[in-house]
Amino acid sequence: MANTLKERPVYRNIHISQILTYRLPLAGVVSILHRISGALLFLLLPFVVWLLDNSLTSEISFDRFASAFTSGIGVLPGGFIKLVCLGLIWAYLHHMIAGLRYLWMDVTHRMSKADGRISALITLALSLLLTVALGAKLFGLY
Amino acid sequence: MGSNLGSKRLVVGAHYGSRDWLSQRVTAALIALFTLVVLVQLLLPGEIGYVKWAGIFAPQWMKFLTLVVVVALGLHAWVGVRDIWMDYVKPAGVRLALQVFTIVWLVGCVGWAVQVIWRL
Repeated sequence: MANTLKERPVYRNIHISQILTYRLPLAGVVSILHRISGALLFLLLPFVVWLLDNSLTSEISFDRFASAFTSGIGVLPGGFIKLVCLGLIWAYLHHMIAGLRYLWMDVTHRMSKADGRISALITLALSLLLTVALGAKLFGLY
Repeated sequence: MGSNLGSKRLVVGAHYGSRDWLSQRVTAALIALFTLVVLVQLLLPGEIGYVKWAGIFAPQWMKFLTLVVVVALGLHAWVGVRDIWMDYVKPAGVRLALQVFTIVWLVGCVGWAVQVIWRL
């Protein structure tokens, strides 16, 4: 009996190494990106508090905050700081919009495949569009 | 709760994670509300610079709200990051070390942020 059954892999959770090869529905993409963006925000939290500290404490520290984006921080160049901030902007937007999607699902109980797909599409489109808009501002395109 | 201690501790059953689940949603709503409050003030007419930015965080009610949100964010991140460790890291020793690191990281960041808000 055991020989006639095909051995199938069992995935209880999607492992980090499977993220790129696992074929996910759109709602699954939003879900794993929610986790990745959350982890990114957690890891960059000291940098965010550094930004808050320098932007708020005094006008002198505010200049240091502003110049981080042009002349960088220590050995890190300004362009790199801008890229990190672009990553932060995306992570915050995706995490918040995907989180609001979950709250909306909790409240409305609308969790059919079709609803999940549409709201996932809206989440991805909205977070990416806002990231592009704010990123263009960050890099001085307008 | 008294009959639930030691070897009688309830480790299975329904609603075992509902407190974490609920706290993550309540804190998320607070953080979203705070984001809106800051954004609206930032987009009010006037040049965006130090005076406007520091002015947003100057009123007592805003310091109160920011403190609540900073603590909420710490709790929110704790539940979320702990979920990640529980999903992917199985050896108890490594998981414990990562959870201790998470607490140190978050308490440090929350403390620093509180220092920033209240010395203004």
